[in-house]
Amino acid sequence: MKNKLSKNAMNILVPVTSVIIALFIAGIVILLIGKNPLSAYWVMLKGAFGNKAALAANISKMMSLVLTGLAVGFGFRAGIFNIGAEGQLMMGAIFSTIVGLNLGGVSPVFAIPITMLAGILGGAFWASIAGYLKATTGAHEVITTIMLNWIAVYLTNYFVAGPLAVGQGVPKSPEIAQSAQLPPLMTVQATTLPSGIIVSIIAAILVYILLEKTTTGYELKAVGFNPYAAEAGAISLSKNIVLTMAISGALAGLAGSMEVMAIHHRIFGDFSGGKGFDGISIALIGQNNPIGIIFAAFLISSLRTGSNAMQFAKVPDDIVTIIQGIIIFLVAADRIVRTFILKFSSPKGGESK
Amino acid sequence: MNVFQAVFYSLSTPIFYKLMLISATPLIFAALGGVFSEVTGVTNIALEGIMKIGAFTAVVFTFYTGNPWLGLLGAIIAGVMLAWLHAYVSIRWSADQIVSATALILIASGLSAFLMEPIFGHSGQTDFVAKIPKVKIPAIQNVPFFGQIFDEMSIFVYLAFIAVALSWFLIYKTPLGLRMRAVGENPKSADTLGVNVFRIRYFGVLMSGVLAAFAGAYLSIGELGQFQENMPSGKGFIALAAMILGNWNPVGAMWAALLFGASDALNIQLQSILDIPPEMKALLNLLPFVITIIVVSGFVGKTRPPAADGVPYEKE
Repeated sequence: MKNKLSKNAMNILVPVTSVIIALFIAGIVILLIGKNPLSAYWVMLKGAFGNKAALAANISKMMSLVLTGLAVGFGFRAGIFNIGAEGQLMMGAIFSTIVGLNLGGVSPVFAIPITMLAGILGGAFWASIAGYLKATTGAHEVITTIMLNWIAVYLTNYFVAGPLAVGQGVPKSPEIAQSAQLPPLMTVQATTLPSGIIVSIIAAILVYILLEKTTTGYELKAVGFNPYAAEAGAISLSKNIVLTMAISGALAGLAGSMEVMAIHHRIFGDFSGGKGFDGISIALIGQNNPIGIIFAAFLISSLRTGSNAMQFAKVPDDIVTIIQGIIIFLVAADRIVRTFILKFSSPKGGESK
Repeated sequence: MNVFQAVFYSLSTPIFYKLMLISATPLIFAALGGVFSEVTGVTNIALEGIMKIGAFTAVVFTFYTGNPWLGLLGAIIAGVMLAWLHAYVSIRWSADQIVSATALILIASGLSAFLMEPIFGHSGQTDFVAKIPKVKIPAIQNVPFFGQIFDEMSIFVYLAFIAVALSWFLIYKTPLGLRMRAVGENPKSADTLGVNVFRIRYFGVLMSGVLAAFAGAYLSIGELGQFQENMPSGKGFIALAAMILGNWNPVGAMWAALLFGASDALNIQLQSILDIPPEMKALLNLLPFVITIIVVSGFVGKTRPPAADGVPYEKE
């Protein structure tokens, strides 16, 4: 392939082009149901950035999405497709809720880190099951983590309808102790700007350091890049598989923890709303790079927040799922996108191979 | 009644076997789809998405035409289109097959949810439409036990077993099947022998689209008469587990699908028999998923995928 563009430029151009193509195709879908895509996107834009409250809602969505994106992206770097961030997020939320409920009277200095740690452990534990099974029996993580997602859904429903149930109406748990709640950075009208976003950014930096600056990170990447060569180089595959899964799950569990501690203060059924699955798109758009993932999470949170406003323009918010699907599809088939970019960037028409 | 008594009791009722066949039918179709695709060397974890779009399109076509058979046709067209996208990027562009399939699952669930409101005026589930009629076999109706199992059974159930036999014959007893297996095991030598690797792989993946569409159509216009947004709720992935447990063989996949069907039937039966609080009953729903994990971990390695499964083939 004649590569006139540097590798770094391509790493940014491919996802950006994919997003543009996806928005274009989704625009055609909007046209098909007789709505104007331009005005729909305009409503979406205003819904995501139009005023302070919209921006606060946007950033509070972004908080967990950075973490689930990091969870999936970290797995990808080590050669593991953790499609189970959804379930790990819920297990993190359950663990955090159970611990947070019992910390009344404990100083926030202890209550906050303990509740956070509970969520991290919950997610890590749930993901480790899949990691352990892959390492010992070879069971493919895509199937086991999907199954664990469903089990987590039923477990959550059980907890909020059974042991943790409180009140009437929608099954939900009681609120966690005040001391275990993360105070908001500020409150804009009825929307709070959660301080959890700081935790997410710190997590991204830590993952970056782990991957780029430590021996463990090097080993994990080596396993992801070429497992056979890594094993020949005396890197234990099974240890790294379990470790990758545990760290990946810990990040997703932290997302669940943040949802409980910073936003909802409790757990209820359908708690995640697909944030774990969004992590897959975010990791792929961010090219599995922690800094890229922050931007990708902001993109997806903007789409999600904006799509709520689109509902008023009679365009179902499921359009976001379609957009994400197309983006992931194009990132998977990145050679098509690369050929497309090369054709546009060179006047005589670029070559694919 | 304790749990063991309840299990034994339900195993002795004809309704258990009826439920088992009903639950196993979509799994059989989808698992066969998985076999077709993977035997030629292309993984297809998008079965879940193809089932979803198949189930949805079947209802939409039936809704507009009033004829569930045209609904089935619509499902097949939609399923093949989705499978074609997977085939095109996997075969022509060497895309990551797992990621591409994940994208298609998202596209399928996005499209079906997105189009529901414009078409039916509400979200969550579609209107009820005509179902593919169930069949009665007069000869078996008065036979004790079996009469109750096969009374008023959907024609899809019989079609599923016919599909197993045909698939087995095609893959193991015909020249085309030999080429499919050759391409999945060693595409390079198949290519050297003049087999068109790409064309065979397209065939395998598109067939998985047809079969998974049958699975989806069965869920909507075969059994329920409507499409619900959460369909097929993980059945596409359980079908993949059945394919693995069945060692990528149509007959093996059928037995595995029956096993998963039995666990589903047991779950339904226990929920009605056991005297436990409702939230505990809901918890029983995770039974099929736990069994799937156990089966996938217990049998992987003891069964063997086609050697070139999931590996893109690039001509030199």
